[in-house]
Amino acid sequence: MRDRSVRPAAWRLAATALAIVLAFSLIGCAKAAEEPKAPEPVAVEKTKVVLASTTSTQDSGLFDVLIPAFEKANPEYTVEVIAVGSGEALKMGENKDADVLLVHSPAAEKTFMEAGFGIERRDVMYNDYVLVGPAADPAGVKAAKDLKGVMKALSGGKAPFMTRDDKSGTHSKELKLWKDASISPTGTANAKDWYLATGQGMGETLKIANEKQGYTISDRATFLTSKGALDLVILREGDKGLLNQYGVITVKDAARPEGAAAFMEWITSAEGQKVVGEYGVEKFGQALFTPNAK
Amino acid sequence: MDIFIGAFRDGLTMLVSGATDVWSIVLVSIQVSGVAVLLALVLGIPIGFALGTKRFVGRRMMLIIANTGMGLPPVVVGLVVAMLLSRRGPFGKLELLYSQPAMVFAQLIIALPVVAAVSAAAVSAVPRELRLQARSLGASRLQEALMTLKEARMGLLAAVAAGFGSIISEVGAVTMVGGNLAGKTRVMTTAIVQYTRMGDYGPALALASLLMGMVLVVNILLTQVQQSAERYEK
Amino acid sequence: MKPASIAIQGIRKSFRGKRVVDVDRLEIRPGRTMALLGPSGSGKSTLLSIVGLLEKPDVGQVLLDGVAVTPHDIEARMSMAAAFQRPYLFKGTVSDNVAYGLRLRRVPSGRVAVLVSEGLERVGLPGWETRSALTLSGGEAQRVALARAMVLEPRVLLLDEPLASLDPLMKWRLARDFASIFRESPITIFYVTHDQDEALTVADDVAVMRDGSIVAQGCADDIFGLPADDWTAEFLGMEPPLQGIVRETEGGVAAIDCGGVTVYAVSRAQQGTEVLVGVRPEDVTIYAGTQELPPSSARNRLAGTVAEIEHAGSTFRVTLAAGTLRIAARVSRASVAELALVPGVAVTAAFKATAVRVRAIETGDTPGEYTCMSAPGTDITPPVDLQG
Repeated sequence: MRDRSVRPAAWRLAATALAIVLAFSLIGCAKAAEEPKAPEPVAVEKTKVVLASTTSTQDSGLFDVLIPAFEKANPEYTVEVIAVGSGEALKMGENKDADVLLVHSPAAEKTFMEAGFGIERRDVMYNDYVLVGPAADPAGVKAAKDLKGVMKALSGGKAPFMTRDDKSGTHSKELKLWKDASISPTGTANAKDWYLATGQGMGETLKIANEKQGYTISDRATFLTSKGALDLVILREGDKGLLNQYGVITVKDAARPEGAAAFMEWITSAEGQKVVGEYGVEKFGQALFTPNAK
Repeated sequence: MDIFIGAFRDGLTMLVSGATDVWSIVLVSIQVSGVAVLLALVLGIPIGFALGTKRFVGRRMMLIIANTGMGLPPVVVGLVVAMLLSRRGPFGKLELLYSQPAMVFAQLIIALPVVAAVSAAAVSAVPRELRLQARSLGASRLQEALMTLKEARMGLLAAVAAGFGSIISEVGAVTMVGGNLAGKTRVMTTAIVQYTRMGDYGPALALASLLMGMVLVVNILLTQVQQSAERYEK
Repeated sequence: MKPASIAIQGIRKSFRGKRVVDVDRLEIRPGRTMALLGPSGSGKSTLLSIVGLLEKPDVGQVLLDGVAVTPHDIEARMSMAAAFQRPYLFKGTVSDNVAYGLRLRRVPSGRVAVLVSEGLERVGLPGWETRSALTLSGGEAQRVALARAMVLEPRVLLLDEPLASLDPLMKWRLARDFASIFRESPITIFYVTHDQDEALTVADDVAVMRDGSIVAQGCADDIFGLPADDWTAEFLGMEPPLQGIVRETEGGVAAIDCGGVTVYAVSRAQQGTEVLVGVRPEDVTIYAGTQELPPSSARNRLAGTVAEIEHAGSTFRVTLAAGTLRIAARVSRASVAELALVPGVAVTAAFKATAVRVRAIETGDTPGEYTCMSAPGTDITPPVDLQG
């Protein structure tokens, strides 16, 4: 009964509120019509550019600095970043859902270009991957003399290893490391117990590795960003095989090819490269990316 | 449309051949959500019964909580459970985060208010006089309660379906506390997200069809049962 | 099984601070049917719930065969059964419903089937076992509800307005059925109703409830013959009881002076006793004033005028004024037309001396209480049939 008596009151209130809003908006319209027209501002028709990139790049925070800088230099464009795995980013390019791609999966990028989905690909920057794990290093990766030895130690299954298994750049890099070491992790006897596929982004995968106190391969930027919440340390870094090259690709037959081209030009220009090179110094005390556009 | 046709063909092939672990993912989904619903029923029906039949201090508050719980954002549940179970959280010692029990726990929290609120509504629809009638024929408190639940069985079935529906399609919380670990905590929703991220539309679509089918079947069953019940009651 | 006596003492019950039941004493003797009469909202149903051990009173006791019992006494509760105004049936078949209480009592299933079948036969629904309980009409459902209570062979049966939701035809058919069933069964019955005709049909004893309290209890004839007070009289559709003094007695008939008008009553009241006098409207016959009265056994003939004519269902209630005395009669529509009854017309009221109920004012009894020793009609008024 109480509900029934409340409801009409509520409706009345809502109706009144609506009426007031309508009344005001009418007044507003009338006023607007009376006022002399202000001189129209010089219309800058902004064009949206869709940039497909990876979650790890997004997680590094680079775009928060990079995109405003680009938009300032090129006021006619606004950039919409869609952060997905490298695999889906390339797929978005293939489906023309993105105009320009910023990814780090050189092998897949090569295939993409060869299939004729892209107009042009340029190197932009690199950062490096790090192998992280519990400080105690139960698998003994620190002692290994090279990456092959590291992968062999990991495949012993003494501690879980998180694979992102999401066709991301990081995942491709990890697969390449296994391949170089001639190990098939899923082929090991107890793979189910130690080789765990998260299917998620870097940040999540790091958290899972943390909870399971296992190993994973991460890009340095994401690890630095999230290490405050983690009880994991870098166990391997600087090995040559851990380099992570980023490339920018303009998509063929994209909806907004000019915007895509402008973004490629800017990010490989001296100005764009400077922004890339300085990012992270202030926040983490070290640059997260090394610009290397030619 | 090619993108759909292609993906659909891929997905269908996978389902039929059983080549991927699509079926094992479905199994994990049913297992986790099934256990969660079962627990939600065990806890939620008595709560719903008390809310629907008894007058006690704090009942109004509990009803409000149950009804708010029905709109409880799963990601909030995921966040809180993840924080509780995380290695640095109060229950970190249990090492439960990113495991099936963690998912069951989160889903239980999501489903419990739904089950409690729906069964409270179902039970309160049973006339007080009917309970009085049972009592007058010699029913004990327990027998009276059992009779009430039996009378409200259609509504309780709705509670089961609503509870199951609230968690089987949920992705936020299970991702946060389950971690989408292949063969362990990967369920239909998290797998769909992952396959889509990877651009693997085939298995994503296959799983999506199965998920939709499952939700559809549950709802068809429910509607069927309720309609036949309505006919019966007239 | 031996029927039980049931009584309550000092019962108080409040809901949200409002006192709904306040009864000092009420007793139903073994094997008798007591109707609890009262207007809606007078607390009848709550009192029935308390008597039936369905609800706990705030204070007071329920006595079953003189022993205090509570809703926790499962054995006491098992010896009772109830049916309510709306026949609340459980989902399932008729048989499921009738068997409910038997199953609670762990009666073997073979025996249950026999009892269910017998019970349905008793309420006139033989062979209805497999029908769905939810497809029954109101009357059928009420019979099932009654069978469900009766198969338990309770020592106390509680019925709360069991006929109120039925159409009149069904109502009277069932009321008659009830009356015969009750008479055959050695069951103590507490029957709540707001309908006095129904109460008269089924009950041996009557209690009248007003605002949570019992204002009168006794055997049906007395309660209806001589209301305890003005309110009860009005509730029962009667004029307030007349006050008079016994002028003389002769052969068991008392001549009572009621404000100058003499009323003859069969009564043992002594000369000089101050008494209350009542006559049921249906016992009073009205004749046109000028008419020569036909010879009859009606000793009382009061001349007066029509004071009021009111609809009372299918009949009229005609109030006659003779001096300060007012007396009501139930008159058929045809008679009202034939006698051309309108207010102010001179008429004569005739009624038998046996129809007059008399009660001494200073007996010391709690006002409004009567004691029926055995069958109805054996109270202060002795069962002597004096012609005229």
